[in-house]
Amino acid sequence: MPAPIRLRELIRTIRTARTQAEEREMIQKECAAIRSSFREEDNTYRCRNVAKLLYMHMLGYPAHFGQLECLKLIASQKFTDKRIGYLGAMLLLDERQDVHLLMTNCIKNDLNHSTQYVQGLALCTLGCMGSSEMCRDLAGEVEKLLKTSNSYLRKKAALCAVHVIRKVPELMEMFLPATKNLLSEKNHGVLHTSVVLLTEMCERSPDMLAHFRKLVPQLVRILKNLIMSGYSPEHDVSGISDPFLQVRILRLLRILGRSDDDSSEAMNDILAQVATNTETSKNVGNAILYETVLTIMDIKSESGLRVLAINILGRFLLNNDKNIRYVALTSLLKTVQTDHNAVQRHRSTIVDCLKDLDVSIKRRAMELSFALVNGNNIRGMMKELLYFLDSCDPEFKADCASGVFLAAEKYAPSKRWHIDTIMRVLTTAGSYVRDDSVPNLIQLITNSVEMHAYTVQRLYKALLDDISQQPLVQVASWCIGEYGDLLVSGQCEEEEPIQDEVLDVLEGLLVSNLSTPVTRGYSLTAIMKLSTRFTSVNRIKKVVSIYGSTSLILYCCNDPISSWISFNFHLTECPLSVCQTFQLQLLSPSSNVVPALNQGTVTQVIRVLNPQKQQLRMRIKLTYTLKGSPVQDLAEVNNFPPQSWQ
Amino acid sequence: MQFMLLFSRQGKLRLQKWYVPLCDKEKKKITRELVQTVLARKPKMCSFLEWRDLKIVYKRYASLYFCCAIEDQDNELITLEIIHRYVELLDKYFGSVCELDIIFNFEKAYFILDEFLLGGEAQETSKKNVLKAIEQADLLQECKTEKHESFVNPSCI
Repeated sequence: MPAPIRLRELIRTIRTARTQAEEREMIQKECAAIRSSFREEDNTYRCRNVAKLLYMHMLGYPAHFGQLECLKLIASQKFTDKRIGYLGAMLLLDERQDVHLLMTNCIKNDLNHSTQYVQGLALCTLGCMGSSEMCRDLAGEVEKLLKTSNSYLRKKAALCAVHVIRKVPELMEMFLPATKNLLSEKNHGVLHTSVVLLTEMCERSPDMLAHFRKLVPQLVRILKNLIMSGYSPEHDVSGISDPFLQVRILRLLRILGRSDDDSSEAMNDILAQVATNTETSKNVGNAILYETVLTIMDIKSESGLRVLAINILGRFLLNNDKNIRYVALTSLLKTVQTDHNAVQRHRSTIVDCLKDLDVSIKRRAMELSFALVNGNNIRGMMKELLYFLDSCDPEFKADCASGVFLAAEKYAPSKRWHIDTIMRVLTTAGSYVRDDSVPNLIQLITNSVEMHAYTVQRLYKALLDDISQQPLVQVASWCIGEYGDLLVSGQCEEEEPIQDEVLDVLEGLLVSNLSTPVTRGYSLTAIMKLSTRFTSVNRIKKVVSIYGSTSLILYCCNDPISSWISFNFHLTECPLSVCQTFQLQLLSPSSNVVPALNQGTVTQVIRVLNPQKQQLRMRIKLTYTLKGSPVQDLAEVNNFPPQSWQ
Repeated sequence: MQFMLLFSRQGKLRLQKWYVPLCDKEKKKITRELVQTVLARKPKMCSFLEWRDLKIVYKRYASLYFCCAIEDQDNELITLEIIHRYVELLDKYFGSVCELDIIFNFEKAYFILDEFLLGGEAQETSKKNVLKAIEQADLLQECKTEKHESFVNPSCI
């Protein structure tokens, strides 16, 4: 029986495949060979076969038939077997399958092995993928190893303990005694993993947190030594001594200092020292500064330290490295509520980031800019934000437009400025504005009584330029319908259009391909409303009779007494009040002719949008001529089932 | 760290280390999505992105993307250093590492990673100590070993 093909030979062969089909064929052939080798219980080459299987698994092929083989390898006495076996277990097994429990005994044995590298394999595997049951069974062994003087094993045991605690939080207590002198270790690996373990315990248990607060002085000392000590080649990264350990200590200090005045005070000096002395030319130094800033902002630090932290972030914003700018903006976003004034000082730098090339940076700069808008800076900020709205990618426009509307609503220095700002958004980003903005804007305009003339004039002018942006067109149509009389009567500053011109524009909207059905509804409604304001009623009647089957968009009053819908195709002088509660959509009636002699019916669907769940009532008015005389009939529908509006 | 993925510019997976329990199907889905997302990024973009509820930190070294998923409270900048340290370790072990080394010796890439990180956290911050441990472990391999430039290949595999 020839020996199975070697791993690297197989890799080489598979890579020569020119098509997916060819590769699949090779894989299938090899898998068959491996399967029969497994069946024959071949011990010599099991290791090789599982290794090959792992390669094929990485390519995306199924390898579950190798799971038990991994267990056999783990149980073998050979180190090479164990190495591949444990690797296979970590790649192929997961805790959802019962078969992984078979590992428990092997791991237990290996945790007590005479060779530390075997113990290491077991600790690594347990710490990477141990299930809750396994962790329960083996926690005692891990705890034992946490107390060993062998630093190679101790550091691994600490991280393994972290995993055990994550899987079975109740076991945390049993590791407490072993933590007693973890920080007295000189070995950096042990120190680092110990700090991680302590962090995990403090985050999970307030009691542990209180217990470990006494470690603050020791942690401060260790950190100080790292900063002050001379060059240590073993742990040096670009002139900084063990940045990984520094960052982890800073994070633990954050947790210990949070909501505790004494601890916060004890760490004040070292934080200031790190903040001012850390080299900022490379990423590694900035990583430490970043963690320092997060700690300063989270503990009960004095205001001077907080300002120092925010200034570091401000300097980060000017860094050439976009990663640094990114974390600065993220951090500032977190602190803008609590340290608003300090962040305000960096407003211009933040606004500059709106022009950054990176999408994530732009987004954060935008969010932060909106957070910084207030009554004092609204004019300047809005200028920048509107400029941003003009030039930004489409993915930002909706959020930016919403942000502008919100800010304008809160801080508008004048009604005119407010209307102008809205106009600007509608004209530059009109198609990205959210659907609910239209009714909100209409409400706003309604309430700005003294601005009606100005608004309708500006909107009309905007329509003359561009009818493609639907929200703009809808708001404009509505305004013209409401205030058309102001538009034509010379109450505006510029030359007023005549009625026919206005009707031309509105009719143009009805026929344009650019108009959506909703927009057509708005424009038709506006035309109908103008029947009470304009004198060219005949023209209006004609338009309505042509387009009468278009859905109308109406707003009905909240007032229960006048809560009625009135429509007909022969116009009378019924004004339509405009309010916010309902939105109606009348679909085309099934026919324009009601069959005589009860031979049929005409139905029309009315869709009601009733977000405030007001009670629905309907009053129907019918006018017709009978034998030459006009007849009017009224009917009221009051018994809509409650489910329809509740 | 929740997981680390290494993949080529063509989207081929070269290493996957998962520190959270997920079934094969989920892992494949996540890998597919993330690889697509990262490969679509332009060179001018920063090394961080938000994906689902995780932070993704990635960096390209020659033809390989190193991609880590970290949690909200983890430090993105130090994660870049973690990635860099791993690359340095691979480089020292293989002697000027390239993608082919990782392809043909993927199991060693895992062994090295498992001496550097455990459960998603760094277990050893000294480069020297990690490499020493790997060297010692390599010597424990039973079968007659073939020396290949800077590392050893057990003949039984």
